[in-house]
Amino acid sequence: MPNLIKNAAVVADDWTVLDKAEAPAEQVVPTGKVIIPLSTWLAQREQLLARAPEQTGVWLDSDEEPDTIGADLSHFSVIAVNFPKFADGRGYSIARILREQLHYAGELRAIGDVLMDQLFFMKRCGFDAFAVRADRDAEKALAGLADFSVTYQASVDQPEPLFRRRMH
Amino acid sequence: MYRYDDYDRQIIKERVKQFQGQTDRFFAGELSNEEFLPLRLQNGLYVQRLAPMLRICIPYGMLSSAQLRKLSEVTRKYDKGYAHFTTRQNLQLNWPSIEDSPKILAELAEVEMHAVQTSGNCIRNTTTDQFAGVTPEEIVDPRPYCEIIRQWSTFHPEFAFLPRKFKIAVNSCPDSDRAAIQVHDIGIQIVKDAAGEIGYKVLAGGGLGRTPMIGSVIREFLPELDLLTYLEAILRVYNRYGRRDNKYKARIKILVKAMSPEAFAEKVEAEWERIKDSPSKLTLAEIERIKSFFTEPAYLALEDQPAALTDRLAENKFFNNWHHRNVAQHKKPGYAIVTLTLKKLGVPPGNITDKQMDRLAELADQYSFGEMRITHEQNVVLADVEQGKLFELWEAIKSLGFATPNLGTLTDIICCPGGDYCSLANAKSIPVAEAIQERFDNLDYLYDLGNIDLNISGCMNACGHHHVGAIGVLGVDKKGEEWYQISLGGASGQDASLGQILGPSFAREQMADVIEKILDVYVSSRNDDELFIDTFRRVGITPFKERVYAKPN
Ligand code: HEM
Ligand code: SF4
Repeated sequence: MPNLIKNAAVVADDWTVLDKAEAPAEQVVPTGKVIIPLSTWLAQREQLLARAPEQTGVWLDSDEEPDTIGADLSHFSVIAVNFPKFADGRGYSIARILREQLHYAGELRAIGDVLMDQLFFMKRCGFDAFAVRADRDAEKALAGLADFSVTYQASVDQPEPLFRRRMH
Repeated sequence: MYRYDDYDRQIIKERVKQFQGQTDRFFAGELSNEEFLPLRLQNGLYVQRLAPMLRICIPYGMLSSAQLRKLSEVTRKYDKGYAHFTTRQNLQLNWPSIEDSPKILAELAEVEMHAVQTSGNCIRNTTTDQFAGVTPEEIVDPRPYCEIIRQWSTFHPEFAFLPRKFKIAVNSCPDSDRAAIQVHDIGIQIVKDAAGEIGYKVLAGGGLGRTPMIGSVIREFLPELDLLTYLEAILRVYNRYGRRDNKYKARIKILVKAMSPEAFAEKVEAEWERIKDSPSKLTLAEIERIKSFFTEPAYLALEDQPAALTDRLAENKFFNNWHHRNVAQHKKPGYAIVTLTLKKLGVPPGNITDKQMDRLAELADQYSFGEMRITHEQNVVLADVEQGKLFELWEAIKSLGFATPNLGTLTDIICCPGGDYCSLANAKSIPVAEAIQERFDNLDYLYDLGNIDLNISGCMNACGHHHVGAIGVLGVDKKGEEWYQISLGGASGQDASLGQILGPSFAREQMADVIEKILDVYVSSRNDDELFIDTFRRVGITPFKERVYAKPN
């Protein structure tokens, strides 16, 4: 059963997420659509830059720096951010930095401990794809994207804060 | 007071629905305990020693009589008829059921109340001076700024899963600080620069708990419109770099200390540079809009110090005592700020019954434009009372137990729920408060002692702020027995400082005697009108140690 939510629908996923390697410089990156760990990308950047962007993604762990791929963004069709635990909120900041400061416009995918009750916040911070945890029903989780219809703050999904939009 | 519009109402309505759904899924087994935990915490729902507790948000302590009536009703209907005002200016229910809590939230929403972010690792209720808007001391009313922060922090998508809880306090008085901003994660001091422009001095990294720390100034002057972008920069740095491996080292204070306040400030500035001109920058129009909710009530033109007051003060010593202690100066002639104390002997500090709530609501309607404030000392303030009606009010509150004229004195104790209610406790705290209140019930003696903050926590989480009590009491566990450690010299105001530990701890029965010895040292060492804290700072801890631990000969 597919467990990827993209553009607010459950879709098939044709990407493979490569695990982090002990020795990133030596990790073999297969051909085809793979999402490469940041450490491997950085260690083998020169060779990997030659890959076709349509087949290339990268993923960041919650303690990694988005600025390190600031110059490479056009080489990726997907950037994924890992939530090792759903209560680890660093990925929200990483997403906003990628979208608002580095102006990344491609697919931004939440991976790891991704659950229904966090989807709304993830969406607000710029994620547009959600690899819902394998033991959960992605169809059910879809509802989490629409928990609120009004929000106070500016964020990626709504760059103007409510105070600039309020009608009196 | 701020009033909801359709947007605010919609958000709270959707929150109730969301939480109902989460609770249903929890009971249906679709959410694990571990997954439900942060969700219910962000809705103020704890599970404690005896039952769940629901912490209801009172934004910056402001409460209307209609809201209090609803709280009274909820307390009666879903709890045992009493509740507890907390040191974060909130209200806690001690015995609601988890199943009922979505219903309680729906009832609260009717009066524009909620339990959003009253717990959990997120931005909590922003607190401020309980005399905001009525004290002659302030530069400007801090409440509009608190409301702006409230809206910004409510369901902030980026900061719902911080390393640890996060508390912001705002103060606007140059010479006093009733909001204890130096012991908050962020303290905001509203200031005016040389040109008379409003701005903020920003502190970060204060906090109590296991590792108490006084906050450091990270920016001397932040212009008025930059409040939210700068807060966002601080929170982003904390969210990304605060420790997550050890919950006892996860507060921002640990990060600020580890990086040094200077390096932390630099990191914040660098982040702020990137976002300071984003749409989150405040507009004057928004500040004016929010300010329009905090306009003055319909004050009458009154004579200051009318005979109706001064005559009574002259003829009634008890009224005079109370007036001296519990009434503060108002910015308008003929008005007064009254603090009702919830510190009656035999009642746990901060506790209030449903009947008291109903009466309090009536009093607020009758004497103070239908509004009141909750203080971090767990008392209630009626902010706009006509001086000519003070005597009448005093008569009315005496029988309710709200007129104990001990404000600021030794027996106006801040005390956490402790071992009677809290599963983290090392020791009970309420019985210690009671023993001290019982021993020192002589008012003349209390007045002679002057202002002394006595704060009690049942464990090192420090909910009772013992580190910043002039006398602090901490429950400790010694081989399964309850003992109490004393610290001296703490303060939470402008001259904030952390107490020093006196020495080995004591059994509960010894506590009143030990406090008495400490007071004896103070009384015999003080110069003239010197306060306890000042005497302590002058003479140091040694004379207190010598007296308390003296071997009987
Ligand atoms: C009975 C259940 C309670 C539990 C289990 C509890 C738990 C805790 C814990 C674990 C901390 C330490 C957090 C940290 O250091 O990061 C803490 C701090 C605190 N709690 Fe409580 N608490 C309870 C009740 C209360 C009540 C009733 C109040 C108000 C009267 C309160 C006010 C505070 C305050 C002001 C702090 C200190 C915040 C700081 O470190 O700056 N708590 N609490
Ligand atoms: S200080 Fe300790 S005992 Fe007291 S309420 Fe907090 S956690 Fe419980």
